[in-house]
Amino acid sequence: MDNLLLMMAPLFSSKLLLVLFFGTLFGLILGVLPGLGPTTGGALILPFTMTLDPLSAIVLLTSIYCAGTYGGAITAVLINTPGTPAAAATCLDGYPLAQKGEAGRALGMATVSSTVGGIFSVIILVFFAPILAQLAYEFGQPEYFALAIFGLTMLASIGEGSPIKNLIAGAFGILISTVGKDFMTSIDRFTFGINELTEGIGFIPVVVGLFAMSEMLTQSTLLDQVFKRIALKAVKLPSALDYKKTWVTILRSSGIGSFIGVLPAEGGTVASLIGYSEAKRWSKNPEEFGKGSVEGIAGAEAANNAATGGAMVPTLALGIPGSATTAVILTGLIIHGVRPGPDLFREQPDFLYGIFGAMLIANILFFIFGFFGAKIFARITLVPNKLLWPMIFAVSVCGTYSLSQSMLDVWIMLLFGVIGFFMRRYGFSVVPVIIGLILGELVEGTLRQSLVIFEGNWLQFLTRPIAVTFFILSFIALIFPLLRKKRSNE
Amino acid sequence: MKNVQKQKRANKSLPFFFRDEFKVSFVIIFISVALLITTFTFDIVPPILNRGIQPATFPKALLVLIIVMTLLIYYLATKNPWKVQKKLPKSFFLTLLSFFIFVVISKTLDFFLAISALSIFVSYYWGEKRIFYLLLVGIIFPVIVFVFFETILGLRFPPGIITNIYYS
Repeated sequence: MDNLLLMMAPLFSSKLLLVLFFGTLFGLILGVLPGLGPTTGGALILPFTMTLDPLSAIVLLTSIYCAGTYGGAITAVLINTPGTPAAAATCLDGYPLAQKGEAGRALGMATVSSTVGGIFSVIILVFFAPILAQLAYEFGQPEYFALAIFGLTMLASIGEGSPIKNLIAGAFGILISTVGKDFMTSIDRFTFGINELTEGIGFIPVVVGLFAMSEMLTQSTLLDQVFKRIALKAVKLPSALDYKKTWVTILRSSGIGSFIGVLPAEGGTVASLIGYSEAKRWSKNPEEFGKGSVEGIAGAEAANNAATGGAMVPTLALGIPGSATTAVILTGLIIHGVRPGPDLFREQPDFLYGIFGAMLIANILFFIFGFFGAKIFARITLVPNKLLWPMIFAVSVCGTYSLSQSMLDVWIMLLFGVIGFFMRRYGFSVVPVIIGLILGELVEGTLRQSLVIFEGNWLQFLTRPIAVTFFILSFIALIFPLLRKKRSNE
Repeated sequence: MKNVQKQKRANKSLPFFFRDEFKVSFVIIFISVALLITTFTFDIVPPILNRGIQPATFPKALLVLIIVMTLLIYYLATKNPWKVQKKLPKSFFLTLLSFFIFVVISKTLDFFLAISALSIFVSYYWGEKRIFYLLLVGIIFPVIVFVFFETILGLRFPPGIITNIYYS
C-alpha cells in the first residue's frame, strides 16, 4: 500500500507532472523523426537534466523512453519508415493497412497495444525488480562478472545483424572503456600523452557520435529520398471486432516484450520482431500478415513498448542496462549520484516507486497525445532534413561540450560519428558499442577483483553456482543465433 | 532478394583486396594490431602492488578476441560474400568536409562561428537555397542554443572572436 502511494507521488507534484508532460511530448517528437529516437534524444537531453533534481531528471528520461518507443509507430504507419528501429516490424502491416485508407485504424491499434504493453511492463517492473534486487544481495564480484558476461553475450542475438559483428562491436565498446587511468593501479592506458584522456572517454560523446552524428552522415547519402506520407484524418479506437481479434495477441506480446526487455542488452527491436513473428505463428489468419493485419500491428507494438518496463528491471535492480536507451538512463542515474542496485530499493523506495509511477503515467499520457495528436506529430516528418540536421548538430555539439566543458569531447563525438557511419554501412550495429562501454568497467573490475579473491585461480569461478549458471546462459546465448540461423536455412 | 544476390555476385567478381569484407577486416585488424603493440608500452605493476592481473592484460585479451573474430567474419565472408555497397555520394564527402571545417574554425577562430559555418554549409549543400532558412539554421537557431546553454546551464563556451565579444 505504501509503495502504491509512492507510485502515485508524481500525480501530486506539479513539477513532476510538468516534466512528464514535456518528456512525453519530446519523446513523441523524437520517436516520430526517423533517425532520431529515445536513445539519441535521451543522450542529447542528459546535460539539461543537470538543472533538475535526480527524480525529475530520471522521470524526464524514462518518459522520453516510453513515448519515443511508441512515437516510432506513427511514421511506420504513415510513411513506411520506422521512426525508431523498434517500430520496424510495425511497418510490415501498419503501412499496408494505411494504404488501404485505414491509417486511423492502424494508428488506433498501435496506440492501444503500445499503451497496454507499456502498462503491463510497468506492472512487471513493480513486482519483478524488487525480487531481482533481493536476489542480487547474493551476488559477489564473481557473480557480477558472470552476469556482465551474460549481458555481453546477449549482444550476439541483437537484431538481425551478424552475431559475430555484434560481438566485435561489443568488444570495441569494452575496449573504449579501458581508455584512461586504470582504476586499480592508476596506470595510463591508451592515453597517447593526452592529459584529458586520463579521465577516460565519456559516455555522452560516444552515444551522440554513434547515434546522432552517424545518422547525420547517413542522411547525407539519402538526400534524394522522398517520403510519401499517407493522409490521416483521425486516429480511430479499435472496433469491438478488432479487440476480439487482438486481445490475446496484445497480452502475449506484452509478456514476450517484458521478458525480452528483462534480458540484459536486448530491447524493443528484438522484442517487436519476436512479438510480430509469434503473433503470426498463433494467428488464425497468418496469410493476412504483411497485407495490413491488425494482429501484426498489435503484436509488434505491444511487444516493443512492453520491453521498456522490462528493460528497466536489470537497469535498476542490477545496474546492467536492458537496452541502449536504458544505458543512457543508467548514465543519468550515475551522473545524479544514484547508484542502481539492491541498496537503492532499500534506501530510496520513494525515488524508485516515483519512477515506476512516472512510467505508468507516461504510458497513459502518450495514449492521449497519440490519440488526439498523431495528425500533428505526423506533420513533424515534413521538417526537411536540410534544416533539421544542422539544428541537431548545433544541439549535439553544445550538449556534448556542456558536460565536462571539454573540446576533446566534441572531437570524440565527431570521430565516433564517422566510425558509427562506417559500422552501420558494413552491417555492424552500434548498440553493442554502447552496451560494451557501459559494462566494460564492470566486466574488468569484477574480473580483477574476483581474481584477487580467488588468488589468481580462474577455476574458482566454477565453485560459484550462480556464476556457473550465468556462464551456461552465456554459452546458450552464443550458440542460439547459430541454431536459429541453421533452422531458418533448413 | 534477387537484387541482394546480384550485389553479392558482383562483390565476388572483384579481386579479393577490393572486396568490402577484405577492406573492413584489414582496417579492423590493422588498428587492433597497432593498439596491441601499444599495450606492450603500458607500465608494468610490480608484483607487490599488482592485484589480480596486469593493467595491460585485459585490453590485450580484448584486442586478440577482436582480431580472432574479425578473421572469422572474413573467413565466413569468403563463403558468403557481403553485398556491394553503393558508392558514397558527393553530399556525404561534403558533410564530412564540414566536420573538418568545424574542427578547424572552432580551434582557430570561434566555437559559435564554427557551428554557424557548418550549419549554413550543410544546409546549403543539402539543397536549401533560401536566405531566410539559411539564416535560421546558421544564425538564429545557434544563437538560441548558445543563450539557452549559457543562461540555463551556466555553461561557459571556449574563448573565440564572437564569444569574447559576448562575454566582455
